[in-house]
Amino acid sequence: MTVQERRPSSSQLIVDDRQAASFRVKRDVFVDGEILALERERIFSTCWLYLGHVSEVPTSGSFVTRRVGGRPLLFTRDRHGKLNALYNTCPHRGAMVCRERAGNRRAFTCGYHAWTFDESGRFVGMPGPEALPPNASEGGRFNLVSVERMDEFKGFVFVCFDKNAESLVEYLAGAADYLAYVADQGADGMEIVEGSQDYSINANWKLLQENSVDGYHGQPTHVTYFDYLRSRDGAQSDLRIGGSGGWVKNLGNGHAVSESIGLLPWGRPYARWAPGWGEEAKPEIEQLNKEIMERLGPERGNVVANGDRNMIIFPNLVVNDIMATTIRTFYPVRPDYMEVSAWAVAPIGESPTSRDRRMRNFVEFLGPAGFASPDDVEMLELCQRGYANRAAAPWNDISRGMRSNAPRKTDELQMRTFWRRWNQLVSADPSVELNGP
Amino acid sequence: MSTILSRGDAEDFLTKEAALLDAWRLEEWAELFTADGEYLIPATDAPEAEPGKSLYLVYDDRHRLGERAKRLLKKTAHAESPHSRTRHMISNVSIGEQVGETVSVTCNFVVFRSRMEKTDIYPGHAEYKLVVGPNGPKIRSKKAILDIDVLRPQGKVSIIL
Repeated sequence: MTVQERRPSSSQLIVDDRQAASFRVKRDVFVDGEILALERERIFSTCWLYLGHVSEVPTSGSFVTRRVGGRPLLFTRDRHGKLNALYNTCPHRGAMVCRERAGNRRAFTCGYHAWTFDESGRFVGMPGPEALPPNASEGGRFNLVSVERMDEFKGFVFVCFDKNAESLVEYLAGAADYLAYVADQGADGMEIVEGSQDYSINANWKLLQENSVDGYHGQPTHVTYFDYLRSRDGAQSDLRIGGSGGWVKNLGNGHAVSESIGLLPWGRPYARWAPGWGEEAKPEIEQLNKEIMERLGPERGNVVANGDRNMIIFPNLVVNDIMATTIRTFYPVRPDYMEVSAWAVAPIGESPTSRDRRMRNFVEFLGPAGFASPDDVEMLELCQRGYANRAAAPWNDISRGMRSNAPRKTDELQMRTFWRRWNQLVSADPSVELNGP
Repeated sequence: MSTILSRGDAEDFLTKEAALLDAWRLEEWAELFTADGEYLIPATDAPEAEPGKSLYLVYDDRHRLGERAKRLLKKTAHAESPHSRTRHMISNVSIGEQVGETVSVTCNFVVFRSRMEKTDIYPGHAEYKLVVGPNGPKIRSKKAILDIDVLRPQGKVSIIL
């Protein structure tokens, strides 16, 4: 079948009826293997995808192995301090060369026939080279292949498998400002904290992107988390605005944010004290807040320190800057199964007491054993099960707030923003309008 | 080596803990902990990392582990509603050093969890600090270290290990 024959029309999968304030997504898009094949070709092979953070490869020789967009990659810092994104595949027979998750070394040797490469991917030797012509390795034929594009924005490193893609900053559009808010939290920059959360969900990957910015589900899905906060913090948590305040924004190119400043009931490690931390934590939190205000000025400082933000960067990056700051990315292995990786990002040089509060705060809500994320997983998996009825019940409804001039976190503009971009790419239809209610 | 807690007593205690968890008597489980007790699970890729310095899966003080127990008993704790069926297997119980009234105990575990036509297996080992008092041991610290490098296919740890 040619690509042309496989191409779904943009109105087949999504009905974006602005007159009627109705936005519907066909449930087939969560189940159909043909759709996943199109996503791999038109989304995961053309968009910028998160690779890692510069702090994960701090010194010359540092490396991390990671699957990005389904491809096993090797992320290194070479002896010149330069970052490299390499395909972790031997040029000889294709074996994955590096099997460790992370480390520091100057040479990578393939286990199969012992071909060896330096940390920038350059071929440096093999056993028995005399069996090949002397010029066999010329032209970089035996080097590890570099990923087509790699770029960094404020410590966040992305790759793209399309050599003709637009620049990273153009791609990020309005999301760049929001990554900068995270980067600005630390006077000396930010770092990934040791310990990853690598898990999986038996649901389509797009459901996690929706869920990560969905303010409407907060109260019903996470009522037990808010019960916990109330038991710990008493009156402060009766602030329980829990998602109804704030606003959502289309950041361009399918990226969106759900945001509020100073409204939510939980504590933020350097900005908003919570009673559960005890009176003794107050002076340090006030001091950390003051440092940010002085360094960034009151206006930007207020946004950075006191704001809570759930951001999605198209297609599969989530940066939630809430009770702690997490980076989360995921990839569909099958239409009904995704692999998820999440990390905590924190200021470099954070004091042990502040780091401890941050780590406690992170897992009170987030992660596969938190008080909230497992219930999200359950809901996503129930959606996936429910789609078995799609012949009789074919549509998801994502219309909340379509008539609003000031959409709130409990509306669904943020998901529509994702879906419009998704539709534009999967249907290969540039006429799909990305802006809209 | 002579300690205030025998291997047999420790094994009896851990068996009782396992039985409470499998019977979903979770509030009684929380009562096994001292007032300053803690319950910990390190990240699967950093099993030796320190809590507070690195990201854990579970980092519960006494209040939070009590709330974890209460939460899991609510119908609105969706990932465990309806409850999964679990079976905690304990073996290789071993007594370590004793400091004052506190004895270090280690064991191996496997927990089976079955729910909605799927069974997950959680293998690992646990490190306990047990405080021995007149009414038997209490848990000052329980650290469950999973022997898996990623939480796949389990996806989550919505039960207590």
